[in-house]
Parts: sequence; C-alpha cells; structure tokens
Amino acid sequence: MNSSAIEIHNEATDITGNAKKRYTAGVLKYRQMGYWQPDYEPVATDTVCLFRITPQEGVDPVEAAAAVAGESSTATWTVVWTDRLTACDSYRAKAFKVEAVPGIPGQYFAWVAYDIILFEEGSIANITASLIGNVFSFKPLKAARLEDIRMPVALIKTFKGPPTGLVVERERLDKFGRPLLGATTKPKLGLSGRNYGRVIYEGLKGGLDFMKDDENINSQPFMHWRDRYLYVMDAVNKASAATGEVKGSYLNVTGATMEDIYERAEFAKELGSVVIMLDLVIGWSAIQSMANWARKHDMIVHMHRAGHGTYTRQKNHGVSFRVMAKWLRLAGVDHLHTGTAVGKLEGDPMTVQGYYNVCRDSYTKQDLPRGLFFDQDWADMKKVMPVASGGIHAGQMHQLIDLFGDDVILQFGGGTIGHPAGIQAGAVANRVALECIVKARNEGRDIKNEGPEILQKAAQSCTPLKQALDTWKDVSFNYTSTDTSDFATTPSVA
Amino acid sequence: MMTNPTGKITQGQFSFLPELTDAEIRLQIDYGLGKGYAWSIEYTDDPHPRNTYWEMFGMPMFDLQDAAGVMMELASCRKTFPSHYIRLMAFDSTRNVESIVMSFIVNRPENEPGFGLLRQEVGGRSIRYTVHGYASDKPEGSRY
Repeated sequence: MNSSAIEIHNEATDITGNAKKRYTAGVLKYRQMGYWQPDYEPVATDTVCLFRITPQEGVDPVEAAAAVAGESSTATWTVVWTDRLTACDSYRAKAFKVEAVPGIPGQYFAWVAYDIILFEEGSIANITASLIGNVFSFKPLKAARLEDIRMPVALIKTFKGPPTGLVVERERLDKFGRPLLGATTKPKLGLSGRNYGRVIYEGLKGGLDFMKDDENINSQPFMHWRDRYLYVMDAVNKASAATGEVKGSYLNVTGATMEDIYERAEFAKELGSVVIMLDLVIGWSAIQSMANWARKHDMIVHMHRAGHGTYTRQKNHGVSFRVMAKWLRLAGVDHLHTGTAVGKLEGDPMTVQGYYNVCRDSYTKQDLPRGLFFDQDWADMKKVMPVASGGIHAGQMHQLIDLFGDDVILQFGGGTIGHPAGIQAGAVANRVALECIVKARNEGRDIKNEGPEILQKAAQSCTPLKQALDTWKDVSFNYTSTDTSDFATTPSVA
Repeated sequence: MMTNPTGKITQGQFSFLPELTDAEIRLQIDYGLGKGYAWSIEYTDDPHPRNTYWEMFGMPMFDLQDAAGVMMELASCRKTFPSHYIRLMAFDSTRNVESIVMSFIVNRPENEPGFGLLRQEVGGRSIRYTVHGYASDKPEGSRY
C-alpha cells in the first residue's frame, strides 16, 4: 500500500453474506453494503473506471470509493428492502482497489467495476448518466474525476463508431502519407458570407486541404447560415478546380434544435460538401443522431470540442479528455480536436499523445506516462482523425510531425491568415513546411533535431515559408501544463 | 498553366516541392519497404480530382524487397508514357489500415492546363458545380 498521511484500511467489510443484517432498515456504510470488494477481479465483460477522488476531511478513502461505486450504480443513502426483489449483487458496482495518488496528499485513485447489464446498448447518454451523474455532486467527496475507463468488447460492439473513419476519409479525399492541413477562418465573427468565402478560397487554393468554421459561427445577424454555405461551397469548388485536389470546408451545422441541425446538414449535403461540423455542446444524443445521419449520407463529421474544458481542465474534478475521446469515438465522430502540445491551448505532450492513441489505436496498451491506465481493445472500430489546432505555426512543423505522425489534421488559423504576404502565401508556407519535413523524415533524417535546418533550407526556394519563419520565429507558449499524468512506475510499499 | 502557387496539379505527398530526383524517389521507396509496404505504379491522362482509378502499370509489387526493382518498373512506365501523370503508391495490409499509405507523383506532362469549373444555376441561389479537365475532351492517349 502507498505511504500517505492517512492509512488506507482496505480490508473487506461488507455484510452482504448476512441478508438479515444487510437489509435491516437504517443507514449503513457503503463499504458494508457490498460496494467495496477488495478481492474482486474484473471479468472481461465489466466496464472498469478509474476515479481520482478527494474525500472530505475525516472520510475514509475506502468508504469514499465504495460510495462512488454505490452512487454511480444502485445505491441510495439508506437501506431499501426493494433491493431484495432484484439480483442486486450483480447490479452493485464494486470498488476493488484504492491507492493514494503519488505526490498529491488527500487524493486517491479508486478502481470501480461495473457489470455489463448496467448499461443500455449503444447509448453514451446512458453511460454518462451513471458514471458522471449524481456521483459528481456527492457531498462526502470534495472532488472527483473520471481519469480513465476500460470498456468491454461486448459493449464496444453495440456502437457503430465513426461514420467514415480516418482510413476511408483519406481514400475519399485521395490524400495519403502526410498530415492533412487546415485553417480556421478568422476573424471568428463579423465577416459577411461573401467575405468569408474569400478567406476559404485563398486558403484552399494556396494549398490547404480543409478550411473550417469556428465553433461559435452558427447563424448570426452578420451572416445567415445559408449565405455562408453557398459562398463557401463556391470557394471550395473553385479551389478544387484550381489545384486538381479534393477540398473541403467544415460547415458548422450546430443549431438551437435538432430540427435546425438536420435542416443545415441537409443543405450542406445538397450543395455537395464532403464534411459537416458539430460542436460538443450539442450533447451526446444529438451527436449520435448526427452520426447516424452522416452514415446515411456519406458525410465526414468534424467534432469541435467546444466546452470540453469545463469537464476536463481541472485535475481534481471532472472527466479526463481521454475518457471524452473514447466516448466520442464510440458515439461516432470522424475528426476530433485533441490538442497541439506546442500551441496556445492546454496540454502536456505525453498526455496529449495519450488522447491521440485513444483516437487512432486498434488496441490501446496501458501507458502510464501518457495517462492511459488500461488496455482497451477497440474491436476493429473505425479510427478518429485527431485535429491539432490553436496557436501553431509553420516553424513548429517538425515538432508536430514528430509528436503526432501522419494521421492528424494540423490547423493553422492565425498561422495561415496572419501571414504578412496574405492567405495564399500562408497556406503555401504551411504546405511546403509539411511536405519537406515528411520527405526528410522518410529519408531517415532526425526531424526533431534537424527540423529548423530542414525548414530553413526549404525556405531558400520558398519566400512565403521564409516570411512565415521570420514572422513567428520567437512565438512559443511555454506554460506549465495543469494536467500531467500522476503515476508511480513502481507503487511504493508502506 | 494553372494559377495556383505551384502552377501544377497538387495531388500527392510532395507536389509543393521541386520534382523529386531518382535518388530522392529511391529513398522514399526504401522508407516504404522498411515499413513492409507494397509499392505499385499507376498512370493516367485524366488527373481529375475524383478519378480514383488510374491505370495500373502491372500488379502491386508485393514480394519485392529492393528499391532498384521499383525504379526499373518506373523507368519502363516513363518510357511507355512519357507525358502521362505517373504516381507511386504504397499499400499497407495491416489489419484496420488495409489501404494506401503513401502516394506521390513522379511524372507529369510538360504542360498542365488544369481544370475549369462549370456552374449550372439551379433553384434559388444554389449552383451545381462540375470540375472539368481542359485536356479531357480529347481521346485517351492524345491529351497531353
């Protein structure tokens, strides 16, 4: 057991063996009611969750873990005789391990197993209502965070997953062996449809594969959604003809109601768009509905994780993004913003790589430095294309490709549109930087260390790249990450 | 002459870089062979962005271990089709990939006229778009 100020009393204390005692009216400790089973070994069909819990002062960590298991499955605050009408032993979630979080006093990791009967087939709404429902407001805990989850193949197979998946997406777009390039249209707000389309055309003709609506571009007074779609599709098709490449622009179909969302998606399809975009804030059921719609209409779904920080950012409370990414892969998205590690937004490089693995693996191996606590068999589920977006520029191309490989969309918004020689030049700079780094890596060069030199050499025959490197040479966002992985390679023994 | 910044069709992994030399092509082939990919050669005189099926210049070279063999096939393809588009493609047969994982153009016609955009006005403000290759009206084999 870990050394910490509070000793963990992890002995079995349940009284479920004595039914009369267990079901006498009154209040029992959760660990007495059967929610603490230190000898329990999860079976292949169990879902296993790892929670980081911070019990209130004086609350026994094992009792707190048992309470989490109870409140996220069958328990209520008092004993109920109606439990005895059910096969309640199997419905109870079982906390089976508690360890102190290395280096953070007062926090504990708690492992909890859930029987497969507890969840509706193919419903993220149902899973989340249990696992992150009432339990997250439970008073005996100061804070709780769902750090990771392992879902059984039997449950995974009840989900259809990404409508397109990254392999098929590449086949449709005819783009292989390199990251895809994108940019978010800026400014976020205020452009008319006509001006907006200009930015799309310049970016795509200059060499980007995708342009993108921002998360809060829906249908405001300055630009009605239909107007945006019409101008954007003119730009997309014109750029496709100008380059001989398939191009796309994520049309954000987020709206106030499902009826609005469907109407917008239908119009995007009618105009021949290859991709639509959703904001995370529309909710799990809406996401799953749109995944069904997208499967029916051969559409790629771009997921902008707007709002995820309210769940994911605080290390002691909420849901880790690796769990969100797993659920989104099941729910059915094709693109998912997963962080840049080197850009302006939150993210420790190892932790961010963990999110990428969850999106792209066929089988995710336990990898503690990357925050992955469990093996996860994806049962051949299609893969999600991760998106790195936010505060990145051409000068970081070698770092991005070294960290994330080929299966990623690199989105340079300011890094394209803010180029001193214009949007097309910005796009050229990014595409040349991308291609020269991929080429050099394949040739066996050490891009992590030789990257700057490779870029400078390419810039000698590419003025836009030279201008980009000069403009942003000193820009980096080196803040300490608030969400690193806490683990001990070998748990200390007290 | 196309008006995009490269003046040419920008399909494939390396269209924004100077044309690859044979020595550079060989390094890319070696990289793919090292990963266990199978190389194949395809050619066309219809490079429309949605023309998926270029002609196969022979079968994918599944059992070939030496880049020299691919280069020999490429030389033969270039000799037969000097003004066609030719691309090298690498396939990865790993479960859950089973697709193309590298693709780049290694031969182009001297003059690339590119594509026009045909606009058909339909109901309301909607337009139907058709990307049309300027060279594709001529019969196969006499386009470039």
